[in-house]
Amino acid sequence: MNWGLIFSNSVYTAISANAIAYMLVATGLNVHFGYTGLLNFGQAGFAAIGAYSLSIPISRFDWPWPFAVLLVIVSAVALALMLGFATLRLRPDYLAVVTIAIAEIIRLCLNSVRFTWLTGGNDGLQGFTGFMEKLNPFPQQGIWLWKQKIDGYRLWLLVSGWVLLLIVATLVYLLMRSPWGRVLRSIREDEDAARSLGKNVFAYKLQSLMIGGVIGAIGGMWLVLDKQSSQPGDFATTFTFFAYTIIILGGVARVKGPIIGTVIFLFIIQFVDIALQQATKTTPTDPTPVLPTWLIDQNNYAQLRFMLAGFALAALVVFRPQGIFGDKREQAFDVH
Amino acid sequence: MSIDAKSKSFESVPGSSKPDAILVVDNVTRSFGGLVAVNVAHLEIPRNCITALIGPNGAGKTTFFNVLTGFDEPDSGDWEFNGSSLAGVSAYKVARRGMVRTFQLTKALSRMTIIDNMRLGARGQLGESAWRGILRPLWASQELENTKKAENLLERFNLGHMRDELAGSLSGGQRKLLEMARALMVEPEIVMLDEPMAGVNPVLKQSLFQHIKGLRDEGRTVLFVEHDMDMVREISDWIIVMAQGEVIAEGTFDNVGSNPVVVNAYLGSHHEVDIGGQS
Repeated sequence: MNWGLIFSNSVYTAISANAIAYMLVATGLNVHFGYTGLLNFGQAGFAAIGAYSLSIPISRFDWPWPFAVLLVIVSAVALALMLGFATLRLRPDYLAVVTIAIAEIIRLCLNSVRFTWLTGGNDGLQGFTGFMEKLNPFPQQGIWLWKQKIDGYRLWLLVSGWVLLLIVATLVYLLMRSPWGRVLRSIREDEDAARSLGKNVFAYKLQSLMIGGVIGAIGGMWLVLDKQSSQPGDFATTFTFFAYTIIILGGVARVKGPIIGTVIFLFIIQFVDIALQQATKTTPTDPTPVLPTWLIDQNNYAQLRFMLAGFALAALVVFRPQGIFGDKREQAFDVH
Repeated sequence: MSIDAKSKSFESVPGSSKPDAILVVDNVTRSFGGLVAVNVAHLEIPRNCITALIGPNGAGKTTFFNVLTGFDEPDSGDWEFNGSSLAGVSAYKVARRGMVRTFQLTKALSRMTIIDNMRLGARGQLGESAWRGILRPLWASQELENTKKAENLLERFNLGHMRDELAGSLSGGQRKLLEMARALMVEPEIVMLDEPMAGVNPVLKQSLFQHIKGLRDEGRTVLFVEHDMDMVREISDWIIVMAQGEVIAEGTFDNVGSNPVVVNAYLGSHHEVDIGGQS
């Protein structure tokens, strides 16, 4: 077992550009669910819109990248407005149903043969990361994080991603401590009370949906920049549920929550995965794996990581229901 | 003219006209399926008075409140607040125009601190726009003012020591107080209280009576729904009785208390006999 590699690989996974994408998507969801109480089950839809609003214009129509980034924001706002006008005047449950449906519709359209000329269908789109490679100030050979190599492009995405994340998290923090954020929290607690005090609940929900949606779309953009390929499969509902897991893990309605939640979530999954991979591996010089084959072998260890992640989450909910950074006092009055 | 004299000059019949009424209701009906919950032909609420709305359970008092404040839509009817129609106006706009309500089942914002509950009520907050919210200096001084105002109100309602607790930790009675104090942060012209005394202890009740009278002295109008006849007797200038959705009587307490229709529908024939525990 190469513990050095297992450990450094898991650490890298937890802070990589891919992790930053999860952090951004979960931060957006935290604005919706954590602060405003909107049950958005379609955050993957916002991420998909972000990813494809970047990749389609660049790889199909050769747009300059700043325009594509602008389109990412515009289309996320458009999706938020559409969802909002369709559902926000109805009971909160409808939002959950409609968002999950819209996210799936988006994914299925991106995947469909009919739109392959535009979206690349199941194969996805490639060749839209040229601008990021050009902007990269780091040498191509990259660096070593102990035993994990990080190439120049990924290092650039990692560094610029953390800067971007820091800016986004600071903005969210500033917004949430302002009277604006107070209105959002009051809507989460009781929207009729907010109304009775003269707050335009609908407008605030719409704003929350837009801001969280744009953050989610930027997350989706970062995800495909890291993969250097947009594929519909990355935006299935599991993505949304991972984001929920992350914010519950880190602490709902905390700015740090999605960030720390992602680090823990991805670290556990990657650590279990790569440790089991090594423990079941056989080589010509060493034909007996560390773990006996009657217990587990190369073909079935992959499923175990999500089982263990599930156990970890269950244990957290039992022993620390407020999440890592949550406020224990709030848990006592949680009526949802 | 003193308030007493003023209210005695109103005619004690359902739908009587009052000079300079703050709220005028015409033909408001609301039905749920076959049940007619509210059917008010004409009603005027006197300005700068404390008016009680009483009646048996299911008389339509809360539904009437909901309709007036935009939380429910009537089947028909119109009502004017300060001379402008409020029919079809959404609840938050009603509040902004100066008509603020509380709820029978209190709506304390549990996972927010008590001071934040109060601050939320303040009107015209600059920081409530997302753009300005990011820049603290733009709203910091206004926030300080609002906080001072909120602290004063909390002291008045005996909640000052709870300032930084979460509202969820308050007792039922304290939540009533918080809700009332929060409504006052909006600086309403008319305060609509839905059973403000339910669950409030006798000592606090007495001080609340003073607060409510104080609101009138500040020039505000109070309309409240209440079953506590002590409160109705003690502080109301005018009483409106509803039963089965209709206004069946209006008048001062003595007037209404001796009205056989009201005794029949609501008070019961033994209402003047002290059965203990009430006072």
